[in-house]
Amino acid sequence: MALLEINNLAIHFGGLRAVDEFDLTIEKGELYGLIGPNGAGKTTVFNLLTGVYKPNEGIIRLDGKDITGKKPIQINREGIARTFQNIRLFKQLSVLDNVKVGLHNRYGYSTAASILRLPSYFRTEKEMTEEAYELLKVFDLDKNAATTLASNLPYGAQRKLEIARALATGPKLLLLDEPAAGMNPNETQELMDTIKYIQKNFNMTILLIEHDMKLVSGICEKLTVLNFGRILAQGETKAVLADPEVIKAYLGE
Amino acid sequence: MVSFFTNLINGLSLGSIYAIIAIGYTMVYGIAKMLNFAHGDIIMVGAFIAYTVISTFKLPVWLGIVAAVIVCTCLGVAIEKIAYKPLRKASSPLAVLITAIGVSYFLQNSALLIFGSDPKMFSSVVPFGNLTIGPLQIPGTTIVSIVVSLVLVGALQLFINKTKPGQAMLACAQDRDAASLMGISVNGTITLTFAIGSAMAAIAGVLLCSAYPTLSPTTGAMPGIKAFVAAVFGGIGSIPGAMIGGLLLGIIEILSRSYISSQLSDAIVFSVLILVLLVRPTGIMGKVIQEKV
Amino acid sequence: MGRIKTYFSTMDRTSRDDFITYGGLLVVFIVMQGLLSAGMLSNQMRGLLVPLCVYAIMAIALNLVVGTLGELSIGHAGFMCVGAFSSAFFSKINPDMPDLPRFIIAIIIGGVVAGIFGFLIGIPVLRLNGDYLAIVTLAFGEIIKNIINALYVGVDEKGYHFSLSSVNDMGMDPLNGNIIINGPQGVTGTPRSATFAISMVVLFISLIVILNLTHSRDGRAIMAVRDNYIAAESVGINITRYKLTAFTISAVISGFAGALYAHNLATLVATPARFGYNMSIMFLVFVVLGGIGSTRGAIVASVVLTLIPELLRPIQSYRMLIYAIVLIVIMLVNWSPKSRAFMETHSLKRFLFKKGGKEDK
Repeated sequence: MALLEINNLAIHFGGLRAVDEFDLTIEKGELYGLIGPNGAGKTTVFNLLTGVYKPNEGIIRLDGKDITGKKPIQINREGIARTFQNIRLFKQLSVLDNVKVGLHNRYGYSTAASILRLPSYFRTEKEMTEEAYELLKVFDLDKNAATTLASNLPYGAQRKLEIARALATGPKLLLLDEPAAGMNPNETQELMDTIKYIQKNFNMTILLIEHDMKLVSGICEKLTVLNFGRILAQGETKAVLADPEVIKAYLGE
Repeated sequence: MVSFFTNLINGLSLGSIYAIIAIGYTMVYGIAKMLNFAHGDIIMVGAFIAYTVISTFKLPVWLGIVAAVIVCTCLGVAIEKIAYKPLRKASSPLAVLITAIGVSYFLQNSALLIFGSDPKMFSSVVPFGNLTIGPLQIPGTTIVSIVVSLVLVGALQLFINKTKPGQAMLACAQDRDAASLMGISVNGTITLTFAIGSAMAAIAGVLLCSAYPTLSPTTGAMPGIKAFVAAVFGGIGSIPGAMIGGLLLGIIEILSRSYISSQLSDAIVFSVLILVLLVRPTGIMGKVIQEKV
Repeated sequence: MGRIKTYFSTMDRTSRDDFITYGGLLVVFIVMQGLLSAGMLSNQMRGLLVPLCVYAIMAIALNLVVGTLGELSIGHAGFMCVGAFSSAFFSKINPDMPDLPRFIIAIIIGGVVAGIFGFLIGIPVLRLNGDYLAIVTLAFGEIIKNIINALYVGVDEKGYHFSLSSVNDMGMDPLNGNIIINGPQGVTGTPRSATFAISMVVLFISLIVILNLTHSRDGRAIMAVRDNYIAAESVGINITRYKLTAFTISAVISGFAGALYAHNLATLVATPARFGYNMSIMFLVFVVLGGIGSTRGAIVASVVLTLIPELLRPIQSYRMLIYAIVLIVIMLVNWSPKSRAFMETHSLKRFLFKKGGKEDK
């Protein structure tokens, strides 16, 4: 059974069909790319998948379970985590705390325990800190993580911190919205390695939106191309990128 | 039935004064994106200026009103330049709110020093008495308040929709940065907004004290808050909304004072506001703006 | 012992910061209590001790909402009002109880009743955002004040009587009845149980609750909602729940402050100056001047800003005017981007260490 199954998904804003007749199937462990020109509806697909928007039509199934129209919190608990195109970190919190917020629902102690500082507070906080550092190490962000504010990180590191925070929620499916935006070629190369590492070592299924063709052709196994809210092409990366329709949509006539 | 109509007309009168104040609130909010807590105290300043000119110096009424408008306009512009402008780009929007509160204290206490705390009796600026229609007795101030507020709203709508500075206001309200890229002077537009808002506050002050003739340094505070409520009620940032909000608020206040409880009228007014906001979280005429993800 | 050890070993900068707050407050308490016992405080100063604690508690309670949760409330005096009247009510109907236990129960009642109000008001209010939320909290504060002003409660042999219009309306036996809350005249004769020591203990407890909450899983969630609610939702944080948690706890603590306030006054009335939006705004000023989000700053600001007008009493008629000017100037100096940049390039530190302006960038 596929991890993610989307059937005939559609949403319209007024008369505009932002996404229409959208189908997508992602198998467990795949690294999948969603590409297309600006305004094609890629981020809208992410927003539909994560419950920010409710679709007008269609069904979204995660691991066989219908999650269509659920709220963002529920969808995260079902196992989808995401990053944002315009970085959305908890700016006034430390790097460490950003990841610990991601761990929020996987560890628990009561409000009373935190106010009275009961043993469960110390025990759980210690476990959370340890796991957070493990995650931060993957992204090379563990240095001074407890004392650096997220807003003081360089741009590339902020993008990585968002991925770390998303991973902390323990997702089955990770959605990355333009993870390489604003990065230089070296940083992008490093990011590609990190994404591959996550796919392998966390056994993660990843769907990403990206404009950087080097990244897309370098790591994505399959692609879907969106244009004007509709699927233009879908399949193995190489085949899709060789499709004349796709080239036309990207380069114009 | 007659008493109901009398109450309704009184409500309209109070409401039209709230509306004039609320429009000032709403314009400043829409364009400068700040809650000008000192707006209510500008009303008080306007009333005091008119009082001084008319009752102390025994000069003609029209001169008193003109003086109040001029002084309040200058005051509003000065406050904006000195106290608000330096904080326009502050990291927290609360900074300018607290400064506005400071300005409010400043105006109240200056008036307290100059005029003392005993209430002054303000003599109505309306030269004619009651108008009698059948069994109804309508006070002159009521008619003047309603007419003045209608004229002001009409003129303001014309100004905003038909003139260049008015269009600049609309542009600044939508997107200040984009407006400045289009060559609109944002500073000039904000100054103009404060000038218009304060001039209207002066007129509201004169009308308010003609209808409710006691004048003290805190006269403007509660009407200021109520007008703010009216602005939110109608959808903050919207001029027609402020007008409707002000009128409704005045009517609700007078009717609940007469028919339910005079002690609880404020509680009723505020409860209605809460109910409206729960049903329409951005007020009656407000637009829903969703953050883009 | 072992736990204390782990505590210190895991102590990071924030916990150390908390310890400075606790320590500083403890020192102030010991010094003031010493001066008080030695009879070295002026009448004016003695009268200010309890109100200072009350304002400090209100400042940190409001800071939890404004600084930590990031929502503006201009109605917190309302919660304080509820706490004040409910606790005063309890003390009045139990005249025979020993003083200290009665006062402790009264404080708890003040907190619980205010907390219930905070929770019930929070459910609808916290759906709104920004200025709309602010105006609704203001509205609730005014409603509470208005209703308490019109509330009459009395007791006679037949039990309790209520009215929202007048004493006579209650239907109480006029000879044997006892009026507890008398409309605009409020509550008179509440036992004056609030001492400086008890007030400080309540301040400490409130501080511990707030700081411990802030540095916990819940606190992180609350701040995450403040910093970016869309991102918080995307990692599964229940926004409503954490907004309500912060709001309710803040209301409970405001209720404590109200109880202290009520038991420090011979007559408790809900005038506009006492529990209206003016007072809520005063607390907001403490929070903003203390540096939004800084608990210690809120305490310091509440003390300084209460003392300024008191110290200016000799020049009675100018004091509020000076206060207003000081407030405006402090805001302009502290918050204007230009003056901030100026202070950064001309700071004492930089002057002492002779650093250039550019290399730090």
